[in-house]
Amino acid sequence: MIRPDVIIIGAGHNGLVCAAYLARAGMDVLVLESGESTGGMAAPRVLNDDYHFPGLAHVTYPISPTIRRDLKLDRFGYAPGKAIDTIALDANGEHLTISANSISGNRLGEADIDAYPEFRKQYLAFANSLSPLFNNKPPRLKDMGLRDTATLARLGWNIRVGLGRESMYEFLRVAAINIYDVLNETFDSEQLQGALAVDAVMGSAMGPRTPGTVLTWLQRLFGELNGAPSLHSGEQLVNALTQSAEDAGAVIRCNTRVRKILVEDSKAFGVELDDGELVKAKLVISNADPRTTFSSLVGAPQLDTMFANRVAQIRGSGVVGKLHLALGGLPEFTGIDPTGLTNRFLVAPSMRYIEHAFNPSKYGECPDNPVLEITLPSTHNNALAPDGHHLMSVNVAFLPYDLDGGWAEQKTTMAYKVISQLERYSPGLKSLIVDHEFLTPRDIENEFDATGGHWHHGELSIHQSFMMRPTYGAAQYDTPIDKLFLCGAGSHPGGGLTGLPGRNAAKRILELGGAK
Amino acid sequence: MTNGNYDAIIIGAGHNGLTNAAFLAKAGLRVLVVEKNAYPGGATVSRELHKGWKYSNCSYVCSLFRPEIYNALDLGRHGLKVIPLVSSMTFKQDGDYFGSYQDPNIRRRELMRHNQRDADAVVRFDADVLRWCKLIRGFLLRTPPDPGSLRPRDAFEFAHLLKKFYELSEDQIYEFIRFFTMSIAEYLENYFENETILAHYSGGSIIGTGLGVYSPGTAYVLLHHAMGDVDGNVGAWGFARGGMGSVSGALASSFQSYGGEIRTDAEVTQILVSGNRVSGVRLASGEEIAAKTVVSNLDAKRTFTKVMDANDIPPALLKRARNFKIRGSSGKLNIALDGMPTFPALPKDSPLTLGHMHFTDTLPRLERAYDDWKDDRWSADPYCDTLIPSQYDPTLAPPGKHMMTVFVQYCPVEPEGGWTDDKRDAFGQTVIDQIAEYSPDFKDLLLHAEIRTPRELENEVGLTEGNIFQGELTFDQLMFNRPFPGYAQYRGPVKGMYMCGSSTHPGGGVMGAPGANSAREILRDLKKPDTTPEEFSDD
Repeated sequence: MIRPDVIIIGAGHNGLVCAAYLARAGMDVLVLESGESTGGMAAPRVLNDDYHFPGLAHVTYPISPTIRRDLKLDRFGYAPGKAIDTIALDANGEHLTISANSISGNRLGEADIDAYPEFRKQYLAFANSLSPLFNNKPPRLKDMGLRDTATLARLGWNIRVGLGRESMYEFLRVAAINIYDVLNETFDSEQLQGALAVDAVMGSAMGPRTPGTVLTWLQRLFGELNGAPSLHSGEQLVNALTQSAEDAGAVIRCNTRVRKILVEDSKAFGVELDDGELVKAKLVISNADPRTTFSSLVGAPQLDTMFANRVAQIRGSGVVGKLHLALGGLPEFTGIDPTGLTNRFLVAPSMRYIEHAFNPSKYGECPDNPVLEITLPSTHNNALAPDGHHLMSVNVAFLPYDLDGGWAEQKTTMAYKVISQLERYSPGLKSLIVDHEFLTPRDIENEFDATGGHWHHGELSIHQSFMMRPTYGAAQYDTPIDKLFLCGAGSHPGGGLTGLPGRNAAKRILELGGAK
Repeated sequence: MTNGNYDAIIIGAGHNGLTNAAFLAKAGLRVLVVEKNAYPGGATVSRELHKGWKYSNCSYVCSLFRPEIYNALDLGRHGLKVIPLVSSMTFKQDGDYFGSYQDPNIRRRELMRHNQRDADAVVRFDADVLRWCKLIRGFLLRTPPDPGSLRPRDAFEFAHLLKKFYELSEDQIYEFIRFFTMSIAEYLENYFENETILAHYSGGSIIGTGLGVYSPGTAYVLLHHAMGDVDGNVGAWGFARGGMGSVSGALASSFQSYGGEIRTDAEVTQILVSGNRVSGVRLASGEEIAAKTVVSNLDAKRTFTKVMDANDIPPALLKRARNFKIRGSSGKLNIALDGMPTFPALPKDSPLTLGHMHFTDTLPRLERAYDDWKDDRWSADPYCDTLIPSQYDPTLAPPGKHMMTVFVQYCPVEPEGGWTDDKRDAFGQTVIDQIAEYSPDFKDLLLHAEIRTPRELENEVGLTEGNIFQGELTFDQLMFNRPFPGYAQYRGPVKGMYMCGSSTHPGGGVMGAPGANSAREILRDLKKPDTTPEEFSDD
């Protein structure tokens, strides 16, 4: 493609979604990816030639039905995975199981068991009421056009009428507060509170007490409206998206790194590659994180000072590490039947435990007792590892990007600390380890060109959400640079394997006239 | 039942109760205020707890008090004189200090001494904060609209709110939302880089809260504390001559000048309900006093869980009241000093001793103090807001001697095992030790220290869990959510029953606004003339 209509920088899943939509709309799309294959953080990784790990996302929700239908993903091999439960591990083997609409466990009281389904239903309803917001560009708050007014009107209707008066009051009450207070009011069991709070904070530099964690939880729940979580890695989704985009005519070049976005007179007209090659296009769309996009690829001299300042101050230092263990056999978990190993496991015995793990990260320190989210992907698909061997994939929360003293010296110690902690729940684990890989937020930054090594390309705090994501002036996917757009997780509605930023960006581009 | 022919009974002679009572009396109602303590004022008091010294033993500075109310109730004539505080400062651990002066030139020079860029940035910072102050102040003396209502009044109020916002430019609207939802640390880091300057301007946002400087929502609390004014000087803090007791004293005097009555040593144990309306109150003595209007100045949790019968209120409301977040986080030391302590870090005759003095010079130290509170411990390295008001108010201490007030974050509602006198004293010692690090003769000059934790605040003043705001200032408990959704317009669940304390909008601090707003609603319901003031225009 000599001169495409559109260049998309980065073939992470949002970039692929955007590419597929624009290609289907008739545009000539060229996607440039610096890595060896598409998928970005969702791309699978191979350890030791034989162990195929999911990317950074090891628990996923089904993709939005609209995207699935519009991009014909089923035709390209996409199917939601088998639903899993969440098991909150207990040091004495008295685990708690959370299924779609019920909970069970020896330590639970009747009151909590009864309260749970209603509570979940309430919060799913809250998440659902936000769907006009998630599925559209975030509305401007002044000088809004018809579309934005429509989004706000539908949102208002959903909240006022859809939820009903009492539910609306409750929603307005809790929307901006912390998950700690909500769970404290609702449940007695510390174990249950801890397990539920994990989903509100995993991936964020927030503890359960941090205001804004109800909102991050609602964002998670929004994904659950599409269906139950599964251990499907992003691989299947990425493959389907890649094929869908290519099927519609998009061209994807891997091993191609963009060095600069070409801008003249505040208008983007193409990109410069690492090897010096210039590729011109009518539109440039960046799936890279906003700081990389504006500070590195565009450069501050091309931008208004206050805008450049706001971008530079975007908060987004990653806090999750990923530990991959290649195992020579199936591990045992005390108190868990081998058939139960297909589920997701949490080490977060209480909210206080989570808060204690979170506190040190504020000061550039590592937790003594980390919060862990564990899966064994090989139990769903034994082709991922050699015969009889297994994979353990672990998210380790609250590892500071800016570790005091640096990661180089402390990485191995931390990995072993996590493994020792895992051994408490899975005796004999150490002896099964064939190999391991440990990605710190710094590693994630380097490997995926994501500033700060943040999953979501920027914190999902309230002040960096909606019409302020990544910052006002660039919150509706277009940017102060004419013909330059954003389509990644750094834009609304943020991270997770949703494809929504990519789709909303494509819609916006088409709304603005496409490549004319 | 005593029939003194009262039209209204106010429960609690704290400053909002007295304000509320004064406006009702001014409108011609026969009003009785009943107070459990032997003295009125609640947390707005001056008390001689050490012979010869007067302590403002709870609230200690005055600034948020609405000038509109000051004028409407003629408080100047009734004895309230506010002296502006002109400085604040923070001691640094390396022996230096940072001072913030009112005079802009001196202020700038001092900022430049620490960081040139910050000295430049403060211009933008001051302008931005002032803009938000002015915007917010317009809402203090107004009843919040109810989002669940279809009444014209509420629709008009929402329209009014929107109109105020739309006077801002689009960028300013986003900046305001960001300000409202960011942490004070992040907000200030948009302007400043010097760690002490950051810490100095952050302290005000954690006062009285269960939040830390890195917690979203704390930037708003800074606003809450900055938006007062003294003599039209926005953001200035002031000191009431004679201590905070002169605020409640002036309010009481004003109230009585309209024919109002105050009874002390009269604790209310029950609000009496008959049919579906209020009929009066019952005191601890058993005496019952009749009135068709009863206004509770007690916090919302206490009101609905202690002095109202569960059968008189909807179960949903009772549940909300039980869950009302009102965790105290503050402690206080009131200290009698044998002379003026020396602070070697300060130059001789520095005016900075006249204003606020702080000892926490970095954000991580402030945040670690909060981490302790989350685990139900008092902060090992506390944040102290310290003043020695006797330097310009001779009524507080004998000649040559001094009175020091120290407000402390953080102090738990209950440490593990509960409060005992020994633990209280250990908490006090932590504070004394910290001050002594910066003043070598401090301990020798210390004659008496009253040490207060949330326990003392609850027992003495009736502030549940020792929360100084009568309820946390988080989004779930602000504006139309304060104290509970559906009950944010001062009316209780029963006809004739109202709330007027800081548990209602606009919240805590010695403002008087909740009392005034509540009076407006009561007078409207009774179809009496509205004696409450409208907010001053800023132009």
